Amino acid sequence: MPTINEKLTEEIRTQAKALLADGTVAAVIGYSRGSLPMTVKPTVVRASEDCGKLVWNSFCVLNLANYLPEVLKSVEPPRGPRDPKPEGPLAKVAVLATGCWSRNIVVQTQEHQVDRDRVVVLGVASRGMVSRRKVEEQFAGREILAVEEFDHDLVIKGADFEEKINRWSVVRDNCQTCTRPDPVLVDVRIGEPASERKNPNPFQQVDKIEEKSSDERWAWFTSEFSTCIRCYACRNACPLCYCPTCFVDDAKPQWVGKSLDAVDTGLFHLLRAYHCAGRCTDCGACESVCPMGINMRMLTKKLNKDVLNLYGMEAGMQPASPLPLTTYATDDPQKFIVTEAKAVKEGE
Amino acid sequence: MISYLPYPVRIDEIKVETEDGNLKTFKLVFENETQRKAWKHVPGQFAMLSLAGQGEIPIGIASSPTEEGHLLFTVNRAGKVTTALHQMHMGERMGVRGPLGNGFPIDTDMKGKNIVIIAGGFAVTTLRATLIYLMEHRQDYGKITFIYGARTPGMLLYQNELQEWAKRDDVDLHITVDREAPGWDGLVGFVPTIAGQVAPSPENSVALICGPPIMIKFTMPPLEKIGWTDDQVYLSLENRMKCGEGVCCHCNVGPTLVCKDGPVFTRTQVRKLPVEY
Amino acid sequence: MKVFRLSQTELDNMVQGWSQNRRVYRPAAGRQQSTHADCAPGWERVAASTPLTLPPGPSKTSVKTFLFPQPETMQTYTLKSSDPDKGLMKEPQKATEKQIIVGLRPCDARSVKLNNLPFQEDPFYQVNLARTVMVGFTCSAMCATCFCDQMGGSPMGTEGLDIAISQVDGSFIAEVLTPVGEELTAEIRLTPAEDSEINALAERRKNSPQADFAKLDVLKGRDLNTLYKAALWQTLGESCINCGACTFNCPTCYCFDVQDEVVRGQGRRIRYWDSCMFPLYSLHTTGHNPRGQKMQRTRNRFMHKLKYFPERYGLFSCVGCGRCVKDCPVNIDIREVMSDLLAVE
Repeated sequence: MPTINEKLTEEIRTQAKALLADGTVAAVIGYSRGSLPMTVKPTVVRASEDCGKLVWNSFCVLNLANYLPEVLKSVEPPRGPRDPKPEGPLAKVAVLATGCWSRNIVVQTQEHQVDRDRVVVLGVASRGMVSRRKVEEQFAGREILAVEEFDHDLVIKGADFEEKINRWSVVRDNCQTCTRPDPVLVDVRIGEPASERKNPNPFQQVDKIEEKSSDERWAWFTSEFSTCIRCYACRNACPLCYCPTCFVDDAKPQWVGKSLDAVDTGLFHLLRAYHCAGRCTDCGACESVCPMGINMRMLTKKLNKDVLNLYGMEAGMQPASPLPLTTYATDDPQKFIVTEAKAVKEGE
Repeated sequence: MISYLPYPVRIDEIKVETEDGNLKTFKLVFENETQRKAWKHVPGQFAMLSLAGQGEIPIGIASSPTEEGHLLFTVNRAGKVTTALHQMHMGERMGVRGPLGNGFPIDTDMKGKNIVIIAGGFAVTTLRATLIYLMEHRQDYGKITFIYGARTPGMLLYQNELQEWAKRDDVDLHITVDREAPGWDGLVGFVPTIAGQVAPSPENSVALICGPPIMIKFTMPPLEKIGWTDDQVYLSLENRMKCGEGVCCHCNVGPTLVCKDGPVFTRTQVRKLPVEY
Repeated sequence: MKVFRLSQTELDNMVQGWSQNRRVYRPAAGRQQSTHADCAPGWERVAASTPLTLPPGPSKTSVKTFLFPQPETMQTYTLKSSDPDKGLMKEPQKATEKQIIVGLRPCDARSVKLNNLPFQEDPFYQVNLARTVMVGFTCSAMCATCFCDQMGGSPMGTEGLDIAISQVDGSFIAEVLTPVGEELTAEIRLTPAEDSEINALAERRKNSPQADFAKLDVLKGRDLNTLYKAALWQTLGESCINCGACTFNCPTCYCFDVQDEVVRGQGRRIRYWDSCMFPLYSLHTTGHNPRGQKMQRTRNRFMHKLKYFPERYGLFSCVGCGRCVKDCPVNIDIREVMSDLLAVE
């Protein structure tokens, strides 16, 4: 019997092939098989005969919305920077999207990075993506040579071992706390829709840090970010980060130092997180791609919590209203500027 | 062993070169006499100008090795370091690291040949160094042709010197501006057009061409038409640089490092490289 | 050459003995907990409590951080107007104390040699090289992501090491390869290895994968511009997110940027790791960028390692440690790039 993901893979291939074959889209953004266990390659397919390489499994951790603006541009006729936009409708691009990725597409549309009319969303409900790091930590010191995926289990194989583990136990933290696995935009449905997950407190991980004393919080922060090598994988994997010149690269003025000084590194992560406030969908790409295993997602998650508490908004859920931090209202909460903790406690 | 330590120098003179004020020539003198004596450069080489607290920038050396005792750098105000440099005053301290790069082949391929120098805009700086060097060693070279163009008369660098050079009968000088301008009775037209009109003979000749890429592109066809080959043409490339010593890799064009293998290349060499400059 | 046999306890005692009056570093055991100010990510000072056992494969981050530190102070200066030395660049005091790196693998040891080609005349690298002692662990097996043999190294290789330690059955055989290594091992009483053990090690080395230069020779013979124009870069560049995970964890990526940092009138000029994956790397002040497209930058990294560097220095700028393969967020695998390149005629 084929597994759920095998069935989804088949469906993705069929739909992508049809969309490319009849010229509905010029490209499909999906995943193909990776060269190592628990990896996949983000892939742009431009010919219907290449759709056979598309796959879907529990290791699709990168947010494909990240590729959308660039691939959309690549299917436009080439033009110089000053040339006018070509007449008539431009070619479309299909992209696979789960709950959080689809919400990122909403944000991209709100921020005019993506023209919704040119995107065909292949909506697929997420069953939660597996954290490669969690699996590797469980098998520390043993080399994993193959991972076979079943609906509820993973079979981890090495040269001299083969063990079955529960899939959900190694699903990423962001997916485990996620309440909206189903895409909010669907043009072509892949698989079955998923209902909202119940989670009385999706911010439990943040609460744990907030409960610490300020010294303990500082200790957590400095220790967590001490191994950062400033490779910017977190930034580059994020669909929200599209500034032509990032503040860390700016020379006039220079905002952040470039060495591994703890203050500079900390500043980079804090500023990056703040730039994502009200826009982050907690897709977990930043954390998944970090080569050093830093949980920088805790920062954005904390801001997601604040934005929800202060403005009652979640990124990508209110396509018609402006993003919370790009607008203001006279009755906006403001006590947090002085005493945030108190204001939140009072249920402001 | 490489030394990344800049020599301390003082700004001895600052001259605003152009009407827009964006180009200034800095005359730098060494603080240390031993370092002054040890400094030897070839026209076409560059140096790193160092400003403490700002950084370093690679700038072509505008003075000829024959102008002893000081160094000249003509700097366009563009980025962080050049902007800070433009705000500096006479007598202030800065640093110079170099000389770096290969320079023009004054002692090899150029020796005994007719020299055609073609310059556009502020790329003329190292060619000024070259021309002065050639005039000081006049007997070692054949006919010298100097073609130089700027957008307007006010954008021409080294205006006093241009007038001096015009008086000499051993240099064939052609100064041009892009458009007619009040008070200008010299040549009018783009550098490629003037180069076509002057039509220097390729016989026993070498051309040094520095300018914006578009100028170089259009200067080549008229020269090729009268028989110039790629081997006779020297160009100077620019790329972002950091170490200037062929280590940090920033200026790479394929396997070639502009700072170390260049910045001067024959057109034959340039043609073999990927277009990453 | 002296060869010793050590038990786990003897090995730990020896290393801890060194750490009494010197800086001894080892790959961090698990996620790095506390850090000394001088500890780079992925490394920690040898502590009495942790026995020296290493997981298979190379350490999380490479040894380059000890020779090409992130950052390195190149010059210091003051900007205080009252100081007559205002703006005068001064060479920083050179570190001379020995640092002992324990637990690096043959791939990393070889990377130090490869980086020494461009850094041959670099004063900072040379000073660090002279003060660094490398005590490596050979690999009894290659990981699935290892390909050191394909790049001209070997899992049992000793190139670049002062002491090579090989695990044989329950104990360790230490081969002392340099005078510095001899000094270190002379400090303690060690048991010389039996001839049979030395022979067994030689036999194992003989049977382990050997350095293979076939791919290097083929690629050297290929036309640079044909490889440069190959179609594979387009596909690769499309999935690459242009982060620096591969570059920074790569032992043989050695590009650096230079910058000034001033705090309260005291300045320093530092160099720090840069990556040709970043757009800023090649950006001109005019705004022109010779490698403005993502694909061009991805191509540059691989072309540098597999074609440009060999053209300049005769060898691949890659030791086959597989870190980039493991760390790439989008699974760009240099082994696949290599085979794609070999297929370009």
